[in-house]
Amino acid sequence: MNAYVGTPTSRVDGRAKVTGAAKYAGEFAADGLLHGFVVAATIPCGRIARLDTSEALKVKGVLDVLTHTHRPPLAGKDDAWKDEVAPAEGSPFRPLYDDSIKFNGQPIALVVAEDWETAKFAATLVRVEYREEQAFATDLDAGRSKATEVKQPHEPRGDAVGALAKAAVRHDADYLIPTEHHNPMELFASTVVWDSSGRLTVYDKTQGVQNVHKFLCSVFDKKPDDIRVLSPYVGGAFGSGLRPQYQVVLAMLAALALRRSVRVVLTRQQMYGLGHRPATIEHVGLGAKSDGTLEAVTHEATAVTSRYEDFARNDSGWAEQLYKSPNSRYSHKLVRLDVSTPCDMRAPGAASGVCALECAMDELAVALKLDPIELRLKCYSDRDQSEDLPYTSKQLRECYARGAEAFGWSKRNPASRSMRDGKELVGWGMATGVWEALQMPVAARIGLTANGHAEVSCAASDIGTGTYTIVAQVAADALGLPIENIDVRLADSTLPQAPVEGGSWMAASSAHAVLGAADDIRQELIRLASAMPSSPLAGVDVADVILVGGTIAKAGDMGSAVSIADAMRHGKLERIEKQKLNHFAEDKSYARNTHSAVFAEVKVDEQLGVIRVTRVVSAVAAGRILNTKTGRSQIMGGVVWGIGMALHEETVMDHRFGRIMNANIAEYHIPVNADVQDIDVIFVEERDDRINTLGVKGLGEIGIVGVPAAIANAIYHATGKRIRRFPVTLDKLLA
Amino acid sequence: MINFQFSRARDVADAILLLTGHPGAKLIAGGTNLIDLMKENVEQPSRLIDISRLPLRTIEETADGGLRVGALVPNSGLAYDPLIEQRYPLLASAILAGASAQLRNMASVGGNLMQRTRCAYFYDTATPCNKRTRSSGCSAIDGLNRNHAILGASNSCIATNPSDMSVALAALDALVHIAGPSGERTMALTDFHRLPGETPDIDTNLEADEIITAVELPPRGFASNYSYLKIRDRLSYAFALVSVAAVLELEGNAISEARVALGGVAHKPWRSAEAEMALRGQAATVEHFSRFADSLLQEAKARSHNGFKIELARRAIVRTLMQAASATPQSQAHKKIA
Ligand SMILES: Cc1cc2nc3c(=O)[nH]c(=O)nc-3n(C[C@H](O)[C@H](O)[C@H](O)COP(=O)(O)OP(=O)(O)OC[C@H]3O[C@@H](n4cnc5c(N)ncnc54)[C@H](O)[C@@H]3O)c2cc1C
Ligand code: SF4
Repeated sequence: MNAYVGTPTSRVDGRAKVTGAAKYAGEFAADGLLHGFVVAATIPCGRIARLDTSEALKVKGVLDVLTHTHRPPLAGKDDAWKDEVAPAEGSPFRPLYDDSIKFNGQPIALVVAEDWETAKFAATLVRVEYREEQAFATDLDAGRSKATEVKQPHEPRGDAVGALAKAAVRHDADYLIPTEHHNPMELFASTVVWDSSGRLTVYDKTQGVQNVHKFLCSVFDKKPDDIRVLSPYVGGAFGSGLRPQYQVVLAMLAALALRRSVRVVLTRQQMYGLGHRPATIEHVGLGAKSDGTLEAVTHEATAVTSRYEDFARNDSGWAEQLYKSPNSRYSHKLVRLDVSTPCDMRAPGAASGVCALECAMDELAVALKLDPIELRLKCYSDRDQSEDLPYTSKQLRECYARGAEAFGWSKRNPASRSMRDGKELVGWGMATGVWEALQMPVAARIGLTANGHAEVSCAASDIGTGTYTIVAQVAADALGLPIENIDVRLADSTLPQAPVEGGSWMAASSAHAVLGAADDIRQELIRLASAMPSSPLAGVDVADVILVGGTIAKAGDMGSAVSIADAMRHGKLERIEKQKLNHFAEDKSYARNTHSAVFAEVKVDEQLGVIRVTRVVSAVAAGRILNTKTGRSQIMGGVVWGIGMALHEETVMDHRFGRIMNANIAEYHIPVNADVQDIDVIFVEERDDRINTLGVKGLGEIGIVGVPAAIANAIYHATGKRIRRFPVTLDKLLA
Repeated sequence: MINFQFSRARDVADAILLLTGHPGAKLIAGGTNLIDLMKENVEQPSRLIDISRLPLRTIEETADGGLRVGALVPNSGLAYDPLIEQRYPLLASAILAGASAQLRNMASVGGNLMQRTRCAYFYDTATPCNKRTRSSGCSAIDGLNRNHAILGASNSCIATNPSDMSVALAALDALVHIAGPSGERTMALTDFHRLPGETPDIDTNLEADEIITAVELPPRGFASNYSYLKIRDRLSYAFALVSVAAVLELEGNAISEARVALGGVAHKPWRSAEAEMALRGQAATVEHFSRFADSLLQEAKARSHNGFKIELARRAIVRTLMQAASATPQSQAHKKIA
């Protein structure tokens, strides 16, 4: 029975959020709570020669100033600092560990005071002298020649370089994606509540409470029971909260040092010292026969990483999923710079790499005089070429068709600068999106009480994506109960296991954990119901029995129904509790991806270069959509992100100082309402019986992929100008 | 805490008294600029004088048929005032092109005139900046200067004034009313802001112990032929790359008077009497406006990243003048450029 799954069910936590009842990490109170304020380094590289905290300590209300020479012990081995999603290569950053400065904005002291204002003031009195030891570098363009090749996303096939050189029609270019920051609305914050028994309760802004829990236990050498991490609500994270961030370590240090509860909230400016989408130079080469079939694909991504960790994602390998080509070569290079380690940011790798690939496909279509969709259909790959595997499902053709129809693509004049509306040039562009459909081990526990209420719990986080809601929907349907009877508890490290919420894997993973636990409940209820005297369910085949309307019944035979309350009362049970780890058949004979086709209309003032994105249609194939309302919101949010990536977002650094110069959201531009006009989201029907029971694939990242390229391609179509250095701002159009 | 005294001025005279002989004192009105700068430790006043309750909140008719706008009239109150909307729509439009509704509700007329540059180095105490610390150097000249001045800059500072309102006031020939220890005086708005010269730390010609009490709008509001066009990096809520305030008086298609002020290009709203004179008697055509733009931008100088602003300003001037001439002013609600 699907009363809820697949419907536009409103968020179960919506009321708590809009009324302010939902509490975030920096909002939890504790007796005698202290406040920490971070002192950040102002150079990108070197050592702390002297740190003088004496003036700060004199301020009334200041309890302590923690530094690398004055703090409780921290683990010494790299392994202790490697969280679940840390890069395999390198040595994770350790706040207040020693005198070395690894990036501008690095925390070098924590002032702890009775109130936040006092701590912030005293932080200005901490005197730092640096020893700048070597020349530093923060510029990718300048460092490109020193790039080192790391893993390749896929093995090369054939001789891509040779085939490219020989191709009848060739397109070969660099596309540049700047550094971007996530800028979630909620500031990074941790509140560590100290109790006299020495137990620490940590409210943290994170995408994974168990990741933080394990990390803190190893960094502070604590037993699992000593620390509990909670993150009931998260005000956006987009990947910035996948790894434990330094403020949680600082808050722990202060709590341990002072044996008091401590809160540390970063400022918006300080958040630019966290992870970021790395700047990349994406070099794409496409070689085609004159009929538009591909002969060669080469894609080399050159990305920034820090000096201390190698962060690398799959930027360059996506053509392998999308476009048939006998020859291919994909590579990833890193340039190690004096910046903080990059981290995942919505569709990491794909957002940048597919942007370049899809702009390049557009340029190839122009060279071939082919419609951009026609080119993509000519190269359409029904198999993942690297492993030569079919897909569990791939309705990308349908995405092109439905999206094009909704957009009115057939009315497009292929010539650039051919469409106008008064003083504005009109451009229509399109691009493909692709992401992975991943699933991870997640466990859920359901406690069903005889009055027909259930509590579903799991350590997974809801970072605003709607996990609370889909867990409630799946549980309500599986248990045959109204959604109002389902309480969902998430994001507590003591709850059943879950990895970080990321990669778009949480919907499928948590839903199937809930299904599994609910099925165990069902079997238990059947056992109880069949044991009742003259039970209508006696001897029935378990497979035929469902839970529906608060009863246990043979499917299609409500005459056989036994109420849950009666069955449990008879079995003398007030509560049934079942916990289950999800299980996905490990079928390696299929590839699993989500897809989209994105269409954009831009209007560009011909004289002034002002760009407006007037329409976007995003047609998405991502298996079954568990909740069409939260799902649509995810895709719309992704489109808005794509508009920002195309036109606005750029972390600007002064390489002379190795310092970010627009570290605030007045100057780091993201789209405002005026920049966002019509967005039409189409979910293309995609039945997928292979991927998992529910046929779910996940939606968190696919929404952004392809959007920046569709917009850049539309700008080309409008103006005849190809801007390959993102974001596309008006000065580049005027140049 | 960075200790500062906080006093609430009882009246204008009291505010002046509190300023006098106290060089570290600062007036605070809406606080939307000053508090941001204090949070960044750019401004560290030793005394804050709250003037927000002074009776400077009225818009009154003057004897000669103009309007006198109190220094504490909120930006939104000014933009939506019926007299302003009818008689000085250029001013209403320029204000609505700036900041956000929330900020405009707090921001005052006086504070808007006094707001400081948005140069990123000015805001970042870890970098040298002559405007923040005299003789420390200008980081922008050889650094990130995409949104810096193309006109009137010096070797000490190439910052721009970020105000939209001031650009319209400059075009309207507004006057600034000032009160100080030795009485009251008025100054043309076009003389109010300074060029940076060797002392970029001084933004305006207001003395340290003076207070702005009002802005006076002369009778002529040019309500028929005006336009304010602001070009920025997103369609709303961003500072101008270039903005143009233009008003025209036409006799048929002939220009009897033209006034054009540029924003986002210099340390002050930029006008040229000479260029404006040359437009008189000319027909309102693209050609004449282009020539005007060339003349207004004659001395424009590009730095490493802001060269585009010269051509952008040229085109924006022509467009704005055409909007004004055809009585189709730029709407601040509809982001499509008219
Ligand atoms: C995110 C953001 C975006 C913005 N975008 C824009 C924009 O697009 N366009 C734009 O024009 N502006 C913009 N602003 C700036 C805004 O217009 C100014 O902050 C505002 O006008 C300042 O007015 P206030 O009353 O708040 O001044 P305050 O912050 O109170 O004071 C500013 C300065 O003026 C002085 N002062 C105040 N009143 C007087 C007086 N009567 N006499 C003498 N000195 C006085 C103060 O001493 C202080 O030095 C933006 C601001 C922010 C924060
Ligand atoms: S341009 Fe002016 S404000 Fe900017 S750094 Fe130079 S001196 Fe400072």
